[in-house]
Amino acid sequence: MFKNLMSWIEYRLPFTDKMNLHVMQYPAPKNFNFWYFFGSLAMLVLVNQIVTGIWLTMSYEPSAEGAFASIEYIMRDVEYGWLLRYMHSTGASAFFVVVYLHMLRGMMYGSYQKPRELLWIFGMLIFLVLMAEAFMGYMLPWGQMSFWGAQVIISIFGVIPFIGDDLTLWIRGDYVISGATLNRFFALHVIALPLVLVILVFLHIMALHEVGSNNPDGIDIKRDNDGSVELTEADKKFTFHQYFTRGGKKVIVDAIPFHPYYTVKDLVGVAGFLLVFAFVIFFVPEGGGFFLEPPNFEIANPMKTPDHIAPVWYFTPFYAILRAIPDPLLGAIAMFAAIIALALLPWIDRGKVRSVRYRCELHRWNLVMFCISFVVLGVLGVLPATPTYALLSQIFSFTYFAFFGLLWLYSKNEKTKPLPVRLT
Amino acid sequence: MSNAPVDHGRRRFLTIATSVVGGVGAIGAAVPFIASWNPSERAKQAGAAVSADISKLEDGQLIRVEWRGRPVWIVKRTEEMLAQLADTENRLRDPGSEEPQQPGYAQNRHRSIKPEIFVAVGICTHLGCSPTYLPSDFAAQVEGIRSGFFCPCHGSRFDMAGRVFQNVPAPSNLVIPPYMFIDDNTVLIGEDEGAV
Amino acid sequence: MMKKLLSAVALLASSLAMAAGPSIPLDKAPIDLHDKASLQNGAKLFQNYCLGCHQMQYQRYSRTFKDLGIPDDIGMENLMFTGEKVGDHITNSMPADYAANSFGVLPPDLTNVARVRGADWLYTYLRTFYVDDSRPFGVNNKVFPLVGMPHVLQELQGVPYQAYETRLVDGESKEVYVGIRTDGSGELSPEEYDRAVADLVNYMVYTGEPSKLESHSLGIKVLIFLLIFFVLAYLLKKEYWKDVH
Repeated sequence: MFKNLMSWIEYRLPFTDKMNLHVMQYPAPKNFNFWYFFGSLAMLVLVNQIVTGIWLTMSYEPSAEGAFASIEYIMRDVEYGWLLRYMHSTGASAFFVVVYLHMLRGMMYGSYQKPRELLWIFGMLIFLVLMAEAFMGYMLPWGQMSFWGAQVIISIFGVIPFIGDDLTLWIRGDYVISGATLNRFFALHVIALPLVLVILVFLHIMALHEVGSNNPDGIDIKRDNDGSVELTEADKKFTFHQYFTRGGKKVIVDAIPFHPYYTVKDLVGVAGFLLVFAFVIFFVPEGGGFFLEPPNFEIANPMKTPDHIAPVWYFTPFYAILRAIPDPLLGAIAMFAAIIALALLPWIDRGKVRSVRYRCELHRWNLVMFCISFVVLGVLGVLPATPTYALLSQIFSFTYFAFFGLLWLYSKNEKTKPLPVRLT
Repeated sequence: MSNAPVDHGRRRFLTIATSVVGGVGAIGAAVPFIASWNPSERAKQAGAAVSADISKLEDGQLIRVEWRGRPVWIVKRTEEMLAQLADTENRLRDPGSEEPQQPGYAQNRHRSIKPEIFVAVGICTHLGCSPTYLPSDFAAQVEGIRSGFFCPCHGSRFDMAGRVFQNVPAPSNLVIPPYMFIDDNTVLIGEDEGAV
Repeated sequence: MMKKLLSAVALLASSLAMAAGPSIPLDKAPIDLHDKASLQNGAKLFQNYCLGCHQMQYQRYSRTFKDLGIPDDIGMENLMFTGEKVGDHITNSMPADYAANSFGVLPPDLTNVARVRGADWLYTYLRTFYVDDSRPFGVNNKVFPLVGMPHVLQELQGVPYQAYETRLVDGESKEVYVGIRTDGSGELSPEEYDRAVADLVNYMVYTGEPSKLESHSLGIKVLIFLLIFFVLAYLLKKEYWKDVH
């Protein structure tokens, strides 16, 4: 009876087959290290944000008059409202932590290189939408930083020649940031952008499973079945979905099924992440003033600017690049270029070897320098713009972009190390 | 790769243990989400007991107090009104207030703590209209009874203790809320001795 | 190159710590959210000295009473003055435009003030008023220069003034600011005054986040649970990966 029902459904919607394709018989390289936790963790945080977000919407009031008080209502009057709110606010920062580490993983192991360019582009689109989502979400509590942070970021659009002023007016829907702005940002934050985000994540995973996961060695696990590949005992141990072997045209080496091996491994990553996440939520939800900024506990006041305005930490590297250049238009262009450059990595990098393990020494140091630039720019972005800091911002903006220029130059005829035949 | 045979017992135990602990965690994580649907502190404060001053209430007068968004009547019944309660009984659906429409201390003929002070939720038990108080013109509705409550929506009739007459749409007597007297002049609606 | 980078980063880190600080170092506020007596005294001080001008419009009396262990009837008798209901928010009835005219600005709501300013700032601020005849209320403040607030705690502290001492600085003798002293006309001794301010700040730290104690006690349980889950997940992973390694 039950079996009949299952086969009835299976015939019409091959659920079991899809599960095998994407989970039970998906070939994953056996040598994933901890850097490979962050993809599944990003999924976990996305779910956390969606669920807690839905629950916060139940008590939040999207109006200039009621928004701030409704947050305090959630924090004080709603049972466990404080927990739901801290899960959401901490989740926003956690999202960027795991996404930045996830991106760095891709850069280290060349996961953006052919044939994974589209996968990388989807990832970059997710990153862009995530930034828009976070920015709009930060406005909703209607505190001082919500208001003035939005003021600064919306003004960036004002530097566009000819249409800038009209564009900012159109974005705000008012002559100042007001309830009209809050309402449209609320609608985008809770409905439109999450929808786009979920679709993009779906496409990201489909694109991944089509070309297969990269790994720390950056060599393929799917080989042509022309008799040249010697299969070990371990290779013969597991069955993978015939989709990946292309009906016998390909053989798969050094791979293991995603389930159970990586589900149990990711579970360890999830538990470790939750330990840190819960610690922040329960003990330091303000994150030292970086996750929830002190001025944001004060209601938005268009008449009084806080002493020091900085965007939330996850925007500050790009904000520092914006400020580094004295001309506002060029600054805005540089900021967007910093993101575009990342998206163009598959074409800037002309190398054939993926993983930093087997690339030239210069590449290793270039990558280190890029990370340092990113972190230092992040720190500079929260500091006031004194002449010294402005100079430092310029230096590190330069080194940020230098990464891409150097990569383009040396990757053409790079002296790489010999690649291993099998995963290490 | 080790060639040692798989210890299925250990594997099964660890799988079950992790699943059980994970399941407990999932249930625990659901608690805040479920609990957040309970009435919030704001709702509780809005639904808190309200006190009413009845020192200026005259004989036969009705005042309305809002409690949990509903009108609550306080009527000071005259001797005549109280005397009438005995006359209506053969025409009532539930003269003895057998249905649990009132706290135990109001299950009597006058359906109240003090006979003269009548406290009731002024919502018809039929479809939720608020009946009209007819202190002296009720005879037009029920022959021979001078005062009572008449619901204009579908014509339900109640006597001066909120007891429903036969052959009207309303199925049961008016609801008596929990209440108590703080002193002779103050009634607290929404809380009684039992709750304190 | 690396060395230069590192020193630049170190420079950044140190300047981050000093960014936007007040003119005098802040004193550490002795905050203890478990000290109910201190919180109760703080609540009393707030009701008597602050509520006239400042509100706590997001905090309910009932919440304060419940969390501070004050029975409703005792709280209503001692801490509520204008006949509100116990579930009401802690507000005053000062009209906003009157307040703005009297003080130049609307006195800010104090529910979250400890989260905005920090406990140490509040603790220092309330203890560093000093006489300054050039100001409209006759007082100025060390951490908030030109503040538009009178020294409402003066009857407790006495009249405060800045004390200077002649000290040798770099070989020259100079008048150096050494702190705030009072004329002794206050109801409290300097130590008692510090204690009273600490209680008041303690209470404001509490109102900024009433869920904090609950959060900490629940947090411990959640972390212990997650640790158990982590160990189990790790053992499970090791068991399955015997197939691979």
